[in-house]
Amino acid sequence: MSEQGIGARVLRKEDKRFITGKGRYTDDIRNERQSYAAFVRSPHAHAKVKSIDTAEAEKMDGVIAVLNGKQLTDDGIGNLICGWAVNSKDGNPMNMGAWSALATDKVRYVGDAVVLVVAETQAQARAAAEAVEVDYEELPAVVHAVDALKDGAPQVHDNAPGNLIFDWGLGEEAAVDKALAGAAHVTEMKILNNRLSPNPMEPRSAIATYDEAEDHYTLYTTSQNPHVARLVLSAFYQVAPEHKLRVIAPDVGGGFGSKIYIYPEEIACLWASMKTRRSVKWTSSRSEAFLTDAHGRDHVSTAKIGFDAQNRIVGLKVDTIANLGAYMSLFSSAVPTYLYATLLSGQYDIANIYCNVRTVYTNTAPVDAYRGAGRPEACFLVERIMETAARELGVDPAELRRANFIRQFPHETPVIMTYDAGDFAGNLDQALEAADYKGFPARRAEAAKRGKLRGIGLASYIEACGIAPSAAVGSLGAGVGLWESAEVRVNPVGTIEVLTGSHSHGQGHETTFAQVVAERFGLPIDNIQIVHGDTDKVQFGMGTYGSRSGPVGLSAIVKALDKVEAKVKKIAAHVLEVSEDDLVVENGEVKVAGTDRSMAWHEVGLAAYTAHNLPAGMEPGLKEGAFYDPTNFTFPAGTYVCEVEVDTETGETKIVQFVASDDFGTIINPMIVEGQVHGGIAQGVGQAMLENVVYDEDGQLLSASYMDYTMPRADNVPSFAIHHHSTKSPSNPLGMKGCGEAGAIGTPPAVINAITDAIGNNDLQMPATPPRVWAALQAASAKIAAE
Amino acid sequence: MTEISMTVNGRAARASVPDNTLLVDFLREHLRLTGTHVGCDTSQCGACVVHVNGRAVKSCTMLAASAEGAEVTTIEGLANGELHPMQAAFKENHGLQCGFCTPGMIMSATDMVARYRAAGKELTEEAIRHELEGNICRCTGYHNIVRAIQDGAAKMAAS
Amino acid sequence: MYDVTYHRAASVDDAAAKFSAASDGQLLAGGQTLLPTMKHRLAAPSDLIDLRGIADLVGVKVSGRKVTIGAMTTHAAVAENAELAKVCPAIVKLAGGIGDPAVRHQGTIGGSIANNDPAADYPAGLLALAATIHTNRREIAADEFFTGLFSTGLDEGEIITAVSFDAPETCGYAKFPNPASRYAMTGVFVSKGGGAVRVAVTGAGSDGVFRHEGLEQALSKDWSAAAVDGVKISADGLMSDIHCDAAYRANLIRAMAKRAIA
Repeated sequence: MSEQGIGARVLRKEDKRFITGKGRYTDDIRNERQSYAAFVRSPHAHAKVKSIDTAEAEKMDGVIAVLNGKQLTDDGIGNLICGWAVNSKDGNPMNMGAWSALATDKVRYVGDAVVLVVAETQAQARAAAEAVEVDYEELPAVVHAVDALKDGAPQVHDNAPGNLIFDWGLGEEAAVDKALAGAAHVTEMKILNNRLSPNPMEPRSAIATYDEAEDHYTLYTTSQNPHVARLVLSAFYQVAPEHKLRVIAPDVGGGFGSKIYIYPEEIACLWASMKTRRSVKWTSSRSEAFLTDAHGRDHVSTAKIGFDAQNRIVGLKVDTIANLGAYMSLFSSAVPTYLYATLLSGQYDIANIYCNVRTVYTNTAPVDAYRGAGRPEACFLVERIMETAARELGVDPAELRRANFIRQFPHETPVIMTYDAGDFAGNLDQALEAADYKGFPARRAEAAKRGKLRGIGLASYIEACGIAPSAAVGSLGAGVGLWESAEVRVNPVGTIEVLTGSHSHGQGHETTFAQVVAERFGLPIDNIQIVHGDTDKVQFGMGTYGSRSGPVGLSAIVKALDKVEAKVKKIAAHVLEVSEDDLVVENGEVKVAGTDRSMAWHEVGLAAYTAHNLPAGMEPGLKEGAFYDPTNFTFPAGTYVCEVEVDTETGETKIVQFVASDDFGTIINPMIVEGQVHGGIAQGVGQAMLENVVYDEDGQLLSASYMDYTMPRADNVPSFAIHHHSTKSPSNPLGMKGCGEAGAIGTPPAVINAITDAIGNNDLQMPATPPRVWAALQAASAKIAAE
Repeated sequence: MTEISMTVNGRAARASVPDNTLLVDFLREHLRLTGTHVGCDTSQCGACVVHVNGRAVKSCTMLAASAEGAEVTTIEGLANGELHPMQAAFKENHGLQCGFCTPGMIMSATDMVARYRAAGKELTEEAIRHELEGNICRCTGYHNIVRAIQDGAAKMAAS
Repeated sequence: MYDVTYHRAASVDDAAAKFSAASDGQLLAGGQTLLPTMKHRLAAPSDLIDLRGIADLVGVKVSGRKVTIGAMTTHAAVAENAELAKVCPAIVKLAGGIGDPAVRHQGTIGGSIANNDPAADYPAGLLALAATIHTNRREIAADEFFTGLFSTGLDEGEIITAVSFDAPETCGYAKFPNPASRYAMTGVFVSKGGGAVRVAVTGAGSDGVFRHEGLEQALSKDWSAAAVDGVKISADGLMSDIHCDAAYRANLIRAMAKRAIA
């Protein structure tokens, strides 16, 4: 391992601009004659739009335009789409309701955009937006997924009868029923997965500029995938032709999934810039973000797991209702299906699994992928029911897991995944050792002396990263391919630019990607520049989500590096008059193996561009591109151990120890990988103990600011102990697995298992807030008293 | 409109601004010091923290007019030379990911170190976590921010 | 934020004059509640009269056990006052737990009690300490000052100049913060002095801060956590919201009262 290569804890190249206040986020940009947009949003969860009166607003100071949904539709702007078609069990296509960027006849959730005001200043735009009068006829609203399926529930979209979007299944139901009927023990649970608000610290922002002279559009936006944004904006929304639209995602302040999607505001701002011939800027307030950023999770499930007399799992049956909100967001259909049910085998050898998923419309914000996307829901369900079963069976939860681990790879699960590699017992052992699992009873006894209830909980998670291959996801209904692109440009002086379709919004690609290049050619990391986030600079790419930048994005770079190396060797072999096979590239030189003959790296670069002495027929230049389409997902896995202490008087719960053992395959930069895990664990703690999106029965958002939505703060989490026990993924050239989501996936069940262990009551849903824990404690003591 | 004048990062800043201009908007929009960020509208996230007369304040919850005559320091003006020790500590301890909360974190961190030093109190891990109540980070899980502040405090003591 | 005209007051009299001249004036103290409210367009005063810079309103004076805190004294200044910590550590602790460090550098005691947020800390402290609220017109006893949710005994245009109290023999404050806002989900201030025990509860009552008679009676007889356990704490009149119900707040009153005494 070199000091700057694969495996090195290289400090981040990108940090300097951020720590000095020189980062350039979308809202930091201001164009000439910048105008500002404000949206008139529905205050009702469900209402007919009877009329819109913009006369007052139009007369106000600084107002440039007041635009509505009818004008948008008349201009041929298309509806927002869901990019993954999922069919019901009976073969019927999903019932997708129309979603216009500006609502025309009906609003379906609080925050639904109705009118766009463009003005000279932000204050003027907001003031004019307030002066727009929309006459609504309120309709009854439905908020909870279970209620939406009831007879007589308010109908959100006419073309989704009973609010059912699809009724989908995976696995063999009859075989599972048979297995459960013959089981020696069956554990049954109702499991809720709470709705979350992603809350990247940078609110969404968009600056759209129409250049009349060039008939060309530029959109700066807070996106995780600018090319996908451009494609969708042009092909589906017809806002601008693809070759006339440049999308730039500059520094982006976190995404966690919520910045994958193309939102109404981006469409409306682009359209408004064409209408007004002005650059139009919109930046979300945090309040708007709570209302309109796509939410995550929100599942209601029942699950049954059966064991034979030897405590081996014989079958798992799951029924899930997933709330998709008022409209189908871009990948909303895939999250509770192909990213969820496919992971229900967990780390366990289970012969029979069946999962039924019904997705429903409600009068709430759209729900889509949020860090983990489907996999946290699956992991929570599997790891909660395993822990519960262990308690019912009276066996050590670690040993029940161990007894059921998959040990042979590749392993095909009954829910269409083929796990390629792993050592689940190795991760479990490492975690138990690091957490001093054996010493827990003594720690519990010591805590009891202090009047605290101490509990321990495990979660052995598995997830799937880097959704692939494209042909497979296409056959399952995806509207896009899930490959990645790279271009490696070696300059005449030997410095290198890598153009990647991945997008960094905190992940540190400028460093890790450069490390891979540095390692490959033995070059200093400062001679390598990573270019991303601009559709005019970078070839089409798919962007960053689902922990794909390592396994997929870096693999594309490796493929391009292979091509560069091949050409470098051809050039050097020609100049040095040796066989290519005798050459090695290392320490910034192309050397003839076993001799002191070599060409410096920059000499090869110069030779490629002067083209004075190239092999016959070789094109000048040194620039290679590659598209990489993986053969399979990768499967990060591991075991997390959480230890808590509960205060019996208040239900206040403190995490006193958190240990992770992760298998991420090859790790490029352990410092960055550990940072990803830290952040994921904190978001997992957030889901488990703190965060909850709450609507009232009328569909008003009650958790609409940081006053009421509990973000994890520094004093909510402990320091974390992160350990690695790795097996390489055979599915990509570097053996990587993806590390961005593991923390958010493995943490919630570990935390809830620990709290329920502490309080002796398994009936506890997320978020396990002090009042809920206290109530569960009261219920437990009442039960003991009654007995 | 109101006339305001203050010292920002050691330089005189004068302007005529609408009376309702927040300090953060004055910094970002008038002075184009965009390192100070806005991450919420309820004074909780701390992305906008700057120093006013040597004390950390949330610049989204102070009128520019109220800062009349004040000495204001933003993230852009924190360092004397290349990097302030706390800035260096954030880099060296990987105390940032997306970077959006970072300026506010660093401004809060230097403020807390100064206060604890003045009071002669030890800045323990527990104290740091408590002191960060008004700064929200969504990326790091705070683990490395706490390390960075511990390291930055040591560096500040040494410098 | 709506348009507003900003004034900086040179003195309390100047502030009062500017307030009367305004059509819908509002005094600006630390601004830590008022400015967010205005940003959300939930308040739209015509004029803001900034009290910052009126030197008379700033500072903590301790003479013997008599404590006077100027209305524009920040929470941080109260929290850091060593003299005050000697005679009344609980009020120092209370101030040091309001908001976060940056908020404490701006927020003031006068602003806090004039707003009388039902989850604010100072109202519990001042009520339990039987403090006197000094204004530019008169003195008001805490019992008469805190009159309900966001309402006080202040008249239109009346300006708080200071609060004062006699530091009791012993006192304590404990709060259970709302996990999101970090305001008090329930906070209990207990004080004992001059033969009287006063217990004030914030964050819990649906009509704002209140004194808890049951706890006062029990603690008058026996100043101990065990005495708290013997008191029936009713959930009647307590708040229920998305964070917790009234029963949990009743439980917190007990738990925080015990911690405050400890």
